[in-house]
Amino acid sequence: MKILVAVKRVIDYNVQIRVKEDNSGVVTDNVKMSTNPPDDNAIEEAVKIKEAGKATEVVAVSIGEEKAQETVRKALAVGADRGILVKTDGVVEPLSVSKLLQKIVEKEKPDLVFMGKQAIDDDCNQTGQMLSALLNWPQATFASKIEIKDGKLEVTREIDEGLETIEINVPAIVTCDLRLNEPRYASLPNIMKAKKKPIEQLNASDLGVDISPRIEQIKVEEPPKRKAGIKVSSVSELVQKLKNEAKVI
Amino acid sequence: MSVLLIAEHNNKELRPFTLNAATAASHIDNDVHAVIIGHNCEEAAKALSKLEFVKKVIQVEAAYYENFVAENFAPVIVKLADNYSHIISSANTFGKNLMPRIAAALDTSQISDITKVIAPDTFLRPIYAGNAFATVKSKDTKKCVTIRPTSFDACESSGGSASIEKAEASEEFSKTKFVKREEVKSDRPELGTARVVVSGGRGMQSGDNFKLITSLADKLNAAIGASRAAVDAGYISNDHQVGQTGKVVVPDLYIAVGISGAIQHLAGMKESKVIVAINKDGEAPIFSVADYGLEADLFEAVPQFLEELNKLNTIQK
Repeated sequence: MKILVAVKRVIDYNVQIRVKEDNSGVVTDNVKMSTNPPDDNAIEEAVKIKEAGKATEVVAVSIGEEKAQETVRKALAVGADRGILVKTDGVVEPLSVSKLLQKIVEKEKPDLVFMGKQAIDDDCNQTGQMLSALLNWPQATFASKIEIKDGKLEVTREIDEGLETIEINVPAIVTCDLRLNEPRYASLPNIMKAKKKPIEQLNASDLGVDISPRIEQIKVEEPPKRKAGIKVSSVSELVQKLKNEAKVI
Repeated sequence: MSVLLIAEHNNKELRPFTLNAATAASHIDNDVHAVIIGHNCEEAAKALSKLEFVKKVIQVEAAYYENFVAENFAPVIVKLADNYSHIISSANTFGKNLMPRIAAALDTSQISDITKVIAPDTFLRPIYAGNAFATVKSKDTKKCVTIRPTSFDACESSGGSASIEKAEASEEFSKTKFVKREEVKSDRPELGTARVVVSGGRGMQSGDNFKLITSLADKLNAAIGASRAAVDAGYISNDHQVGQTGKVVVPDLYIAVGISGAIQHLAGMKESKVIVAINKDGEAPIFSVADYGLEADLFEAVPQFLEELNKLNTIQK
């Protein structure tokens, strides 16, 4: 079985987001970038499945600018066998990403495609579901447990009401929740080894997909500032304020 | 053209966020139709027909719609989509799972999790877990939009008198099978919708000490939250995590106990209407977003808090 894992390069989750002064977007220059956190869970799960002898190859793919190569390289350092980078410029909407991934899937013919449930930059939560619609494959979103049983997958999904279990035929798409596993850190020897693993580079324009944006970003603003609060000196003052001033208890 | 709202339900009753989504739909166009797909969902369809804003209900029935599998639902909506300019659902796990499948089939670039309708083609939505807000305009002729339920009021559940029409089921998608659903049964309100949330952080020092949070939550009929640090330390299970990598909550009252206020936590709670922080470190970043900050040892302050609450004649539920 072959597993394709899609990884995205995003602003590190510990970075304080700053909006550009001209409101054209958020500041990304000289900002620490990392792999989208749930994409780390996706890679980890694929590597674990391979280590358990249930997969033969793990291929990491990223779509983005040249520097997204670092994100692919990191996936290689934690156990992916080889990488693919589809180079694009500017904003690529989830619909376009899923169309590009569809082309990669047609070429690579994986049995499973894993990715994070959501990217922490645009917070769209669309790509996996869109890819499975384009391929007409089953989808298991927000996965917190994956079991492989006779060529099928039993997946536990995190839903608002609790947990849901579904069984899906392979080939399938799985989008991963943070609860799926504990991603490992890359060891130094593995980081060195990853440098020798191949990364195939493609240009999005060579894949014959129209990826021009359908959504115009008019402006990006800071969230409304909270007005400065006060410090209270005692619990009784706090309770009085909550009761009589804020009127919330 | 009209707006199509996708109803969320459990075959008997509507799920509450359907009412918020109906309000959002009405901000786009007055002519809101609602589709309900399920199995023996007559009662829920009737409830839907009574909602304020809903002008027409389309009911689609089949045994394989019982468990809301997106692969089965999407083709039904794609088939109905010709008559509508917008397709709307809540941006909860139901809508998040389903809508992109519809959007891709319609070759539409979906707009997720909007908090405001600015114009029928222009919406406000949080990005970077609410650390920025983007105003976006869709150039697609058909628009697929999911709405953040807590940003729109629930509509009235009575007063409407929409007609209920039946529509044909689509073919079953046989490659996905529902196995089971384990709903978390709790007397407590759900974290995502609770009016009050009491959260504990690393300052709780142990899982046992979380009993303090539980007692306070019991008193205030609140949901229990936690910071990532508290979850990582094993004090409480993951499903309580509030933050960029957990749940985003917008309660009327958020009480942060022993939480320093890491960026990733603030992203999940700073839209709350009133924020209280109890922390012994007066420099903790949580105080920068708190309406009421109390610099104190939580192990003294929380028991006092309970005592003070006991003195009150009434506590809002």
